[in-house]
Amino acid sequence: MAAVTLKGVFKSFGSTRVVHGVDIRIEDGEFCVLVGPSGCGKSTLLRMIAGLEEISGGEIEIGGRVVNKVPPKERDIAMVFQNYALYPHMTVFDNMAFSMKLAGESREKMRQRVEVAANILGLIEYLDRYPRQLSGGQRQRVAMGRAIVRDPQVFLFDEPLSNLDAKLRVQMRTEIKELHQRLTTTSIYVTHDQIEAMTMADKIVVMNDGKTEQIGTPLELYDNPANLFVAGFIGSPAMNFLNGKLIRSEAGMQVQMVDGLMLPAPTSAEQEGREVVVGVRPEHLLVRSDGVHAEVVVVEPTGADTQIFCKVGGTDVIAVVRERHQFKPGEAIRLYPELTFLFDPASGKRL
Amino acid sequence: MHRLLENRNFLGFAFMLPAGVLLLLFLTYPLGLGTWLGFTDAKVGRSGEWIGLDNYIYLWGDAVARLSVFNTFFYTVVASVIKFALGLWLAILLNQNIPIKSFVRAAVLLPFIVPTALSAIAFWWIYDAQFSIISWTLVKLGWIDTYIDFLGQPWAARLSTIAANIWRGVPFVAICLLAGLQTISPSLYEAASIDGATPSQQFWYVTLPLLTPIIAVVMTFSVLFTFTDFQLIYVLTRGGPLNATHLMATLSFQRAISGGGLGEGAALATAMIPFLLAAILFSYFGLQRRAWQQGGGDK
Ligand SMILES: Nc1ncnc2c1ncn2[C@@H]1O[C@H](COP(=O)(O)OP(=O)(O)OP(=O)(O)O)[C@@H](O)[C@H]1O
Ligand SMILES: [Mg+2]
Repeated sequence: MAAVTLKGVFKSFGSTRVVHGVDIRIEDGEFCVLVGPSGCGKSTLLRMIAGLEEISGGEIEIGGRVVNKVPPKERDIAMVFQNYALYPHMTVFDNMAFSMKLAGESREKMRQRVEVAANILGLIEYLDRYPRQLSGGQRQRVAMGRAIVRDPQVFLFDEPLSNLDAKLRVQMRTEIKELHQRLTTTSIYVTHDQIEAMTMADKIVVMNDGKTEQIGTPLELYDNPANLFVAGFIGSPAMNFLNGKLIRSEAGMQVQMVDGLMLPAPTSAEQEGREVVVGVRPEHLLVRSDGVHAEVVVVEPTGADTQIFCKVGGTDVIAVVRERHQFKPGEAIRLYPELTFLFDPASGKRL
Repeated sequence: MHRLLENRNFLGFAFMLPAGVLLLLFLTYPLGLGTWLGFTDAKVGRSGEWIGLDNYIYLWGDAVARLSVFNTFFYTVVASVIKFALGLWLAILLNQNIPIKSFVRAAVLLPFIVPTALSAIAFWWIYDAQFSIISWTLVKLGWIDTYIDFLGQPWAARLSTIAANIWRGVPFVAICLLAGLQTISPSLYEAASIDGATPSQQFWYVTLPLLTPIIAVVMTFSVLFTFTDFQLIYVLTRGGPLNATHLMATLSFQRAISGGGLGEGAALATAMIPFLLAAILFSYFGLQRRAWQQGGGDK
């Protein structure tokens, strides 16, 4: 097991730079999730850690050793690929034992270690099968088995669940998490699904456009998003953004919403008169008579809660409420934001 | 009638009928006729009588016919092995990221596109006893003093014809294997490199096994083409010198058409069939059918 440190890492393909100076420190035993929209450079970053992609600049350390020039097999890492990359001509056993076979281990030891991993993953009865004779979820497990057998310092996962159906994805999510709690091997997990990130991670790195936007625990990111991007990316349904303006009143600084509603704003006095973006999470919108005017568009009861899609001054807004309402489309209601985040519209920074 | 048209078996049969008739007419008939002729003493201009295995017994005792069998095997085995090795090497080379890749790929195909007769004539010129460019170059380089008689000596002629066949056959092998290589997912190599495989181990444990099905097909075709080669030999040496390059196909043609012994020639040609069948069966059962390619639970 080992800590992984990235210092000012960047990557260019030819003249296009796709990763711009990333600094991340992943502690020993931590489960770190890299999350971000498609094309933001998550896979590229992971592949640089694995040694499959050359590092254009900066330094990557695994267990205190700079590995920039170290070939993949000497980095003591194991990787689970999105398409699993199982060897189609080898049985499950041979797939899992391949690294040991290359290392010249005895048949005895191979069997022993493969069986340990297969037991953890419930693969014992499939050891003689070929990958094409397995279901997607079983293949996924074999890919993990192949990584476990190596007993590496670091596990790398590149969207390992994206080829599975929704139900299996939830199940495997839990399994991977359990596995990590059991093995406590440092893990770096790439996904574009923020729910996966929230549920699995000890530490989340939110990436956008080749840069890290924020690094923190799931709840830190949720409770304290550093900017508009993180605020909009983390949380489901996504945070609502409304326009507002900072003004000073006898009650202190306040933000004035579209239709004149005033909310307390925890900002300093110099900001007076400034335009801001007010972020409200759907679950922080309450149906209350003193809220902003909203027009109901669609109501979707999910059973546990109700999602109300509505328009507030031309902006689409989603509210998630626990009570059961029988709103009709077109009905006028009022929504009160009980908790808000203020952002600078130009830079996107949190105020 | 209506029900008949919806019956899968009937429909399948109906759609296959035209192809079947064509096959029967243009494939089976000549094949049957050839086989039949092999059991007769037909000569050009005279239909023959059934004489059983006499032609085969005669050919068995005929030194030239035996030599042609040896030549055919030597030619096929040496040429195929080298074509495979060269073709695989070229395919791997072309599969790398090299500059002007598409140009090189097109250039590799060239020998395959040129009509055999034309390339045979080119080789005939290259191997000419007096004007050979190879001899000329070697002499200029000072490596040899006299021109090589490529096609005049038995072993030199055998090797020269093999070289020409290889030149012609390599592109087919290389391009097919390249197509096969491109179906192998790059992530398998990445997984293997993380698993600790060196490039040669990656080749041995990943590339080669995944390529076997296509190797089997390509090499079966290559062996069949080489075994039945005719044009190249006929243009270059006509089987000479001293029958040293006669293949079964060329000798059969010579006996049957030039020599007029239809029955004998046909018998020699028919004798090739079992070898060809054996090659096909070997590739089909030995290499192509792998459990990991098959669905279901078979192993
Ligand atoms: N080999 C390459 N050559 C040139 N550009 C590349 C190459 N690989 C990736 N890129 C570019 O780098 C950027 C980041 O790619 P990357 O695969 O890391 O994205 P990602 O975050 O993993 O996205 P996804 O969620 O879709 O997998 C993309 O804009 C992509 O076009
Ligand atoms: Mg990716």
